[in-house]
Amino acid sequence: MSLQSNLASSTTQLRAYAPKTDLNVASPPSQRERVRPHTAASKRDLRTEPRPIRFLIVALALLFLTVFVVLPLVVVFASAFSRGISAYFAALSEPEALSAIQLTLLIAAISVSLNLIFGVIAAWAISKFDFAGKTFLITLIDLPFSVSPVISGLVFVLLFGAQGFFGTWLQAHNIHILFAVPGIALATIFVTFPFVARALIPLMQEQGTQEEEAAISLGASGLQTFFRVTLPNIKWGLLYGVLLCNARAMGEFGAVSVVSGHIRGQTNTMPLLVEILYNEYQFVASFAIASLLAMLALITLVVKTILERRLDEGQIVSDD
Amino acid sequence: MTIEVKNIVKKFGDFAALDTVSLKVGDGELLALLGPSGSGKTTLLRIIAGLDWPEAGEVTIDGEDALGRGASERHVGFVFQHYALFRHMTVFENVAFGLRVQPRAIRKDEKAIRARVKELLDLVQLDWLSDRYPSQLSGGQRQRIALARALAIEPRILLLDEPFGALDAKVRKELRQWLRSLHQEIHVTSIFVTHDQEEALEVANRVVVMDKGRIEQIGTPGEVYDNPATAFVHGFIGESIVLPVDVSDGAVRLGGRPLNVAANGAAPGASKLFVRRHDMQIGPAGSGSLEGAVRHVRSFGPIQRAEVALADSEGKTVIEIDAPRDRELQAGEIISLEPRRYRIFAAHE
Repeated sequence: MSLQSNLASSTTQLRAYAPKTDLNVASPPSQRERVRPHTAASKRDLRTEPRPIRFLIVALALLFLTVFVVLPLVVVFASAFSRGISAYFAALSEPEALSAIQLTLLIAAISVSLNLIFGVIAAWAISKFDFAGKTFLITLIDLPFSVSPVISGLVFVLLFGAQGFFGTWLQAHNIHILFAVPGIALATIFVTFPFVARALIPLMQEQGTQEEEAAISLGASGLQTFFRVTLPNIKWGLLYGVLLCNARAMGEFGAVSVVSGHIRGQTNTMPLLVEILYNEYQFVASFAIASLLAMLALITLVVKTILERRLDEGQIVSDD
Repeated sequence: MTIEVKNIVKKFGDFAALDTVSLKVGDGELLALLGPSGSGKTTLLRIIAGLDWPEAGEVTIDGEDALGRGASERHVGFVFQHYALFRHMTVFENVAFGLRVQPRAIRKDEKAIRARVKELLDLVQLDWLSDRYPSQLSGGQRQRIALARALAIEPRILLLDEPFGALDAKVRKELRQWLRSLHQEIHVTSIFVTHDQEEALEVANRVVVMDKGRIEQIGTPGEVYDNPATAFVHGFIGESIVLPVDVSDGAVRLGGRPLNVAANGAAPGASKLFVRRHDMQIGPAGSGSLEGAVRHVRSFGPIQRAEVALADSEGKTVIEIDAPRDRELQAGEIISLEPRRYRIFAAHE
């Protein structure tokens, strides 16, 4: 359970959960340019910066993005295919690789579905009711974001480890949490908890409780109200939260690394296996798995953009 | 269906939103709850609907205890101020909602639901909008759809919370008349909340005037306008001139000078004299007990509205009066005023 790798940071960068720092920041000036008459070149448009400065700013932004975002991504794929396609697929069909992919999917399925339920309940409670300790609960939801993932993992070692709080009891009953699937799932759930709740709280607060009240006064039961009124209203926000939650669950390194125990073919998730293979100089295999994570990131990015557009539309519609 | 509310108390923290309120609504009535914001009128409506619960008191609908039932079991149609239409459903599905969520045993089949929704959309004259979404409708259309949706469940009573509050003045006027004729047609016992006195007087059979969680007066529009029970009602309904007067030995004095009005048994001490704008008799200077200089005249329709600075107050007290146009007033003219009809209330009210 050590973090000796210097690669760790570069693989975890591939996760796509970063907030809205989008590329389109650089686009608006070009639209304005079209409106300007070319004949009046001597009269500079005072509403904006001079052309050379604009050019410089855009170029700087693009250069920065290329070096820090595009280049690493290209390197991942280039290295993965450096010995050809057959070596790439051979690396992916190794039993260890298959087991890591399987485990990652299992962990993602468990943590996403549980966080979906917890997240909806938490967001519902916070946005539709007033109760004592509400602010505290909102702060608590953000805790996993502000704590280092390694600490999140360590918490579970302290709780369920051999010397931990429940350690003796667990050993006596032959229950394995640490260095097994339950431990990895717990750590992942902890780290990914805020995503669904965070996506839903502002949305549900904005929508208020009037539609629910209308449904109830029309004779709908609690469940009917939830499935026919509340859920359809939050579906895009919910999908958005689930998407980001899934990306993080599959890509989580720190917390999982602490609780996994790195048992080959058993408790290695994809990010963990990437590190192990890299340290063993199996670059093609390492980058082949890294490329899967990178593809997940790209897909997440595309779907995220689509969902954000949907969410914006939803807000315009609701804005009366 | 009748509604009876007895001794309702509702508090939000230390604030008493409703302070022992009792009210009876007769079968087929169209009742207005009228008051300024914060008077508790919406809270009372929500308690009757089951969307809020009182700390104490009773609510019975048609003799049946209502507080023992949740909002979904009360069979009450509720129309929200901001419509609260389901934004992801078409107009048709919005109206059909109440029919679709009924327990399977009594739920109508699809054909009957379609027929019923069609009938309701015809009633609110919007059947041509059935495939639109709420965001594609105007405010007035949304409110009529909200009403059709509430009527779909054949409610025992209909409750409307500031139904025209979010609409512009012209649409509001049209909808008022429309609501009144709709009520005559379907005759369901209805209560609507409003802060607009004109709306209450024009639409309702009876008006309940509320202030600070209490009922100030219940009466027909004519009663509350002509015989306001309290200073608040007089000031809130219709435009009033309010003068600080002193009552002693059966005489009413303004700034030490006796006025030509009878105390009518008003308690001695500092009081307020309430006069409607159009109840001031205008005469030539020196002919009445009140005198003032006309500062400004605006004429529109059958009346002229004049700002008059009262002489005794060194021009500090300025009142607005409405006079018929048969005697044109001029700015700068000195006139005398005599209250024709008036009420005196103790000053602390």
